[in-house]
Amino acid sequence: MEASAVATTPVAPPRKRPFLSPTNKRRLANFRANKRGFWSFWIFMVLFVLSLLAEFIANDRPIIASYKDEILYPVFIDYPEEKFGGFLATTDYRSDYIQQEIEANGWMIWPPIRYSYQTVNSNIPHSAPTKPFWLMEKGDRCKAYPQGDQDPNCTLGNLNWLGTDDQARDVTARMIYGFRISVLFGLALTICSAIVGVAAGAVQGYFGGWTDLLMQRFIEIWSAMPVLYILLIIASILPPGFFILLGILLLFSWVSLVGVVRAEFLRARNFEYVRAARALGVGNWTIMYRHLLPNAMVATLTFLPFILSGSIATLTSLDFLGFGLPPGSPSLGEMISQGKNNLQAPWLGFTAFFTMSIMLSLLIFIGEAVRDAFDPRKTFG
Amino acid sequence: MPSIPERRSGEPMTDPLLSVRNLSVAFHQGADTTLAVDGVSFDIRPGEVLALVGESGSGKSVTANSILKLLPYPSASHPSGEILFEGRDLLKASEPELRRVRGNDVTMIFQEPMTSLNPLHAIEKQIGEILQLHQGITGQAARIRILELLNQVGIREPEKRLKAYPHELSGGQRQRMMIAMALANRPKLLIADEPTTALDVTVQAQILDLLRGLKGEHGMSMLFITHDLGIVRKFADRVCVMTKGKIVETGAVEDVFANPQHTYTRHLLASEPRGEPPQTDPSKPVVMEGKDIRVWFPIKAGLLRKVVDHVKAVDGVDLTLRAGETLGVVGESGSGKTTLGLALARLISSQGRIVFIGNQIDQFSFKEMRPFRDRLQVVFQDPYGSLSPRMSVGDIIAEGLKVHERALSADERDERVAWALTEVGLDPATRWRYPHEFSGGQRQRIAIARAMVLKPRFVMLDEPTSALDMTVQAQVVDLLRDLQKKHDLAYLFISHDLKVVKALANHVIVMRLGKVVEAGPSERIFRAPKEDYTRALMAAAFNLEAVETGAVSQ
Repeated sequence: MEASAVATTPVAPPRKRPFLSPTNKRRLANFRANKRGFWSFWIFMVLFVLSLLAEFIANDRPIIASYKDEILYPVFIDYPEEKFGGFLATTDYRSDYIQQEIEANGWMIWPPIRYSYQTVNSNIPHSAPTKPFWLMEKGDRCKAYPQGDQDPNCTLGNLNWLGTDDQARDVTARMIYGFRISVLFGLALTICSAIVGVAAGAVQGYFGGWTDLLMQRFIEIWSAMPVLYILLIIASILPPGFFILLGILLLFSWVSLVGVVRAEFLRARNFEYVRAARALGVGNWTIMYRHLLPNAMVATLTFLPFILSGSIATLTSLDFLGFGLPPGSPSLGEMISQGKNNLQAPWLGFTAFFTMSIMLSLLIFIGEAVRDAFDPRKTFG
Repeated sequence: MPSIPERRSGEPMTDPLLSVRNLSVAFHQGADTTLAVDGVSFDIRPGEVLALVGESGSGKSVTANSILKLLPYPSASHPSGEILFEGRDLLKASEPELRRVRGNDVTMIFQEPMTSLNPLHAIEKQIGEILQLHQGITGQAARIRILELLNQVGIREPEKRLKAYPHELSGGQRQRMMIAMALANRPKLLIADEPTTALDVTVQAQILDLLRGLKGEHGMSMLFITHDLGIVRKFADRVCVMTKGKIVETGAVEDVFANPQHTYTRHLLASEPRGEPPQTDPSKPVVMEGKDIRVWFPIKAGLLRKVVDHVKAVDGVDLTLRAGETLGVVGESGSGKTTLGLALARLISSQGRIVFIGNQIDQFSFKEMRPFRDRLQVVFQDPYGSLSPRMSVGDIIAEGLKVHERALSADERDERVAWALTEVGLDPATRWRYPHEFSGGQRQRIAIARAMVLKPRFVMLDEPTSALDMTVQAQVVDLLRDLQKKHDLAYLFISHDLKVVKALANHVIVMRLGKVVEAGPSERIFRAPKEDYTRALMAAAFNLEAVETGAVSQ
């Protein structure tokens, strides 16, 4: 072939392409320049990573224990109680008997908060819900423990930092776990709706014509469905759970991205470089993936933080109504409804309110910063 | 015009109307500051036409925009300079003072007539607004004045046009509207920023004619910004040559053209496309043949979307193209030249026989066409739009190889990319960079490399030079000719620029409204055009003269 003959000209060593293209570098710089969004991002990331490690922060079992010269990891492994001389299938490390048994034959390290989201505090000073410990008299805090103030379990980790709810469960622990499940649910729903929405929008925008027309009409009908009633009906048939809820909400949430992506594809499919690719004989799907999708990604990425906060709010409102996660799950919506039912215990409502508002505000700030960073006309001083 | 008072009769001719002294313009982006205009000085005397010539990026438009302070402040600033208009410094003028000057004493017309008119307002309202703002004329008086202006700029039947919206007008008519708006308040200075660049050659000639007439009638001064030296020679009294933000040469037009002092001016003057197409050789194999090619777009109407008529974009075109030859397709915008090219490249559906290297391809589906796509390539007009901004140059060029020569390993592909880049005169090491790092001419070379890497037989070139500067145009024309000679390529060269076509084409088709007006060897057509329309095109392109003939639309 002629090419190989000519190509003997020395070819410069391939310069490694930079990790970020110049456009993305400018976007990153813009994002950083938005102080509020940048700090919101880091605060949110720290909170999120901490909540992912919730089992090490708030748990009703020790992180590590040493019992009769054997190192145990109760966080990871369910040890039957007979190992410590009891009879239950899983060990209740909070019980006095087990604690004394382990302390006598070794040691154990507790997480900072000694409650999990389902743990019932059996030593509350008065009937649930109880106040945060710092609102109580010093003497009252541990009065339900056998030895009162002097009890070895009257430690900071055993006191309820934000009080307990009406079933004597620790609010702090429920808040941490509730934050985690909210964010995880929001992320899962956002990613799934983004995938479905982008695919649907891409197909519509790229092929246009009848495909577009039929799908647009379908989406109009679909999005006119009364989502809440359908949810109520499905929730009464199927057992509520994380994934069933995710599936039901996904049925309706993918629609939100279609419009943007479709518009972007409609606009970009007539770009000259797309026509050039077609003239080269590149296939439809390759063109969509390689040339058009990157264009649509900007619009999509801009929307994602807002969809994420929307998803979280949806989950919370369903939980509030009682159609959300199964009973006992740590959910912020359930905490709000408890706060509504127990107006004499404002710490419930306040905790839920501040968690929700801080989480959503952080997400909105991040979303704004992302949106502005992708805006080519916006420059920061 | 009887209504025009002799406002400027008392002024001595020596006093400049506008005097720009040591003007600089800086743009700030983040921490970066770029100096777009660097210490520019010039004068415009009453009744004089001063041309500002330079290539894109030379700072000529920025200079013009700073006269009326139309730049995006505060990201733009003036580190130095003053702009004296009738003795007043416009740079120091307050915003209300400037508003009195804008649209009244000094007016501007812009390059793109479509985007400079508000699409939501009828013509009457747009012109009336200016009259009302600066002169307080409304109602019947305004209407009379508007009709007067429309007559003046040569709009036929202006009464019928009063209620028209910009999209109902042709490009030339829109530019006439812009000029009418600019003249509404009898300005002393008209700044024309490439007013004819977006227009067809025939319309360009008409607009230049109009401006020349108006200047004579009103004695108004003009600052004419252009990259086209032909226009300068025909039209201006004095010329300033700008490059890289500096004026390198100023003088009377005849002096500068006859005796250019600065090397850049000489370079600019020498950069018209030259050369002759290669010899026509009838023994070469036919690469592309079209018989009675038609592209009709249906017009649907009514509830059932019945086809009531067709837009005949291409209507029965025959052509034959041999290896090593170029077929030039010329015509005004809307004549169907690009549609014809797209039909031959099978990028839009058409009727009529298309035979490509012995295969009848007109009925092939997109999939069936794919094996032929490597030998049938397209280079588009806009080198900024035709390269994906998110892919490196190497990836862009290699894309076709990934489809057509799947057997190549990554290293072999890389070699081919490097070969194609050398072929178009670019350094192969640049293949790791992104398109935005290249100039317009370099980008067009990349687009050509993308076509060349597949070793095509036939290349459709859709106005490949019209988005480029004059000096770059000549280089691209030379490159195309070299590549043709080396690889025995057949070109379908679509252009409205007759100078470029003359330098490249063996045969020419002149198209108008989808039909072939005249076809033949280019030498014969350029020497002795038979049809009126062809003659009008030639006069407009080579002499910038508007020919009064029914063959040319307004």
